[in-house]
Parts: sequence; C-alpha cells; structure tokens
Amino acid sequence: MAYLLIFITAIFVNNVILSQFLGICPFLGVSRKINTAAGMGAAVTFVLTLATIVTYLIQTYVLQPNGLEYLQTIAFILVIAALVQMVEIILKKVSPSLYQALGVFLPLITTNCCILGVAIQVASNQYDSQGLPFGLLPGIVYAISTALGFALAMIIFAGLREQLQFARIPKAMKGMPIALITASLLAMAFMGFSGVDGGLKTLFGIE
Amino acid sequence: MNNLKVLFNGIVRENPTFVLLLGMCPTLATTTSAVNGMSMGLATMFVLILSNFIISLIKNLVPDMVRIPCYIVVIASLVTILQMLMQAYVPDIYDTLGLFIPLIVVNCIILGRAEAFAAKNGPVASIFDGIGIGVGFTLALTLLGSVRELLGTGGVFGISLWGEDYGMLMFVLAPGAFLTLGYLIAIVNKIKKQ
Repeated sequence: MAYLLIFITAIFVNNVILSQFLGICPFLGVSRKINTAAGMGAAVTFVLTLATIVTYLIQTYVLQPNGLEYLQTIAFILVIAALVQMVEIILKKVSPSLYQALGVFLPLITTNCCILGVAIQVASNQYDSQGLPFGLLPGIVYAISTALGFALAMIIFAGLREQLQFARIPKAMKGMPIALITASLLAMAFMGFSGVDGGLKTLFGIE
Repeated sequence: MNNLKVLFNGIVRENPTFVLLLGMCPTLATTTSAVNGMSMGLATMFVLILSNFIISLIKNLVPDMVRIPCYIVVIASLVTILQMLMQAYVPDIYDTLGLFIPLIVVNCIILGRAEAFAAKNGPVASIFDGIGIGVGFTLALTLLGSVRELLGTGGVFGISLWGEDYGMLMFVLAPGAFLTLGYLIAIVNKIKKQ
C-alpha cells in the first residue's frame, strides 16, 4: 500500500515539474506537439529509472564505504552521461524502431535536471517515502512514478499549447510568456491534489 | 572585442533569463524570496566565472571529440568546491537552496557559455563574459524573487511593507513562479519593441 502512496504522491501531489521545478527546460522546449511530448516522456521514464538504480548502487557500494560522498555530484553526472550514451548505442542496435522514436531526445536528457535531481534525492534519502524505509525498491518506485508524472505534465501541457495556437494573444505575450502563464494555471490545477497524500495515509493506516 | 561591451552584453542584450530563456529550473524554483533568488544567482555566477576562465585556458588542449565531457568534469568539480564552501560558511542558505546547488552542474547557462563564448575567446574576455552573464542572471533572479516576495508576503528582503496580515500564498508557491516570470518576460518584450 505504501508503494501505491509513493506512486500517487509523486505523480499528482509533488509533481516533478509543476511543484518541484525539475525538468523545466524540456517542459517548455519540446512541448509544442503531443507526439514529441510523449516521446520525451517515454525517453525520460526509461533513462530516469535506469539512472536511479545505477547511481543508488554507486552511492551505496562505492562512494559510502570509501568515504567519498563529496564526489557525488561529479560521479553522478558522469554516470548519467555515460548511461545515456550507452542506452543510445544499445537501442540503435537492438530496437531501431524504438531508437527512431526516442533517439532525438536522448542527447538532450543528459542535461535534464530531473535525472540528476531525482538520482540525488534517492541516493541521499531526501524524498518523501511515506513511512516506508528508504532503499532501492522504494527508490525505484519513486523514480518510475516521478517520470510518469513528468510525462503526464508534458502531455497535458502539449495538448494545451496545441489549442493555444488558435487563440488570439497580445503581441508581447506571444511565445514564452503565454506558455508560462498556461503552465501557471496547470500548476494551480495540480495544487488541488495537495492534501490527498495525507488523506490516503490515514486511509491506508500508515503513519 | 571590447571587454566592457562583453560585460554589458551579458547583463542587458543577452540576459540569460529574460532574453535567452536559459536555466529555467533554478530561476523558478529558488526565487521564493529576494534573498533566495540573489543567493542562487551569486552561486551560479561563482561557477560561471571560474568555468569560463578554466575552459578558455584548456580549450586548445582538449580534443574536439571529448570536449563536452571535459567541460562537464570542470563544471562539476567547481560545483563540488562551491558546495563545500557554502556548507562551511553559509549553512542556512545551503539548506534553503538544497538540491538546486548540485543541480548547477546541469544549468544550461554554464555549459552554454562554455560552448558559445569561452571555447572561442581568451581568458580575460571569458572572465568578463562570466561576470556579465552572472550579474544578468543574479539581477533577474533578485527581481523575480522580490516581485514574488512582495506579492506573496508583502515585503522585500524580509522587510514588511504592507503590514503583517497581508499575504497571497499563491505567489510563493509553484503557480506564482510561472505567472510572475510570464508577465515579467511579457513586459521585457513590450519594452524591447518600443
């Protein structure tokens, strides 16, 4: 049940884009069409889950036993960059169709702050695990849910922006300003979920 | 190029927040108050000036194929130094900014300037570019933080202007960040057109 709670909280209550502000660049940059938004969402889900597992293992079995926690930032960014390269090479070989769908987005992902951000949150136990002990499994559930929350926000936002093309907008507001104001309204809508996690906690009997 | 021109270029004509629209994650996340926005801006400026300087020095030693990983290692090392310094001297600010200090590594402004400026210019010009872009970023974040703090809590830099009972929590929370930045960019666009 607690895993379900992590899942719901990470997608709706603490949405990675709309309430934690991680991954704003792709959110604003590649959200003009629903298709590309969905592609980006899928690529992030894939890489984020892998990166979280790998960086968690590195933190627990390499950095911590040797007292090298201060190298976390350097180690993680290198691991993520290498991982993205590797995923790109493997996908190209194993599944060309998937590579065609995700390929364009992969190089962009290295500098997507939600990957490094979530990896650091999980490795240093800084996320809300809803009464579960921190560890690899809750971390993976958290990473997958966060990525799905990212994809959800991207797709909703892309849908809104597609409709926005037909609206009449004052000249100075065209482009980024109106996109940011739309994002603000979306974030306000997601604020409606705040408090849901507390209610579910009581419902499931976790304290 | 004239160094002063480079400096003002970063502050006004190529302002990273209002014109280039780079580094949006820390811009939106850390501007809950004027002080937080300013600290984030200064922290980024520290890394930017040093990374521009070091990268302009090593640009001829690094083979073209592996330049991006090399730049990232330089930037990540500088961020680690910054993390240690902040933890030691300003622990309060370090705790408030939290996750967004290590995330300076993936701030597109820093890698962007390394590629666009430091890799093509000398060390002195690169330092000036770092200062210019850094000041531009700091000013933008302080402005955004001040507006949000003023609308959200009725004060700037912790000094209350409109009395204690005033408050619009929305501007301190997530939607206010998007809304305020949206309107500020619209105002900048309007001014630029005239």
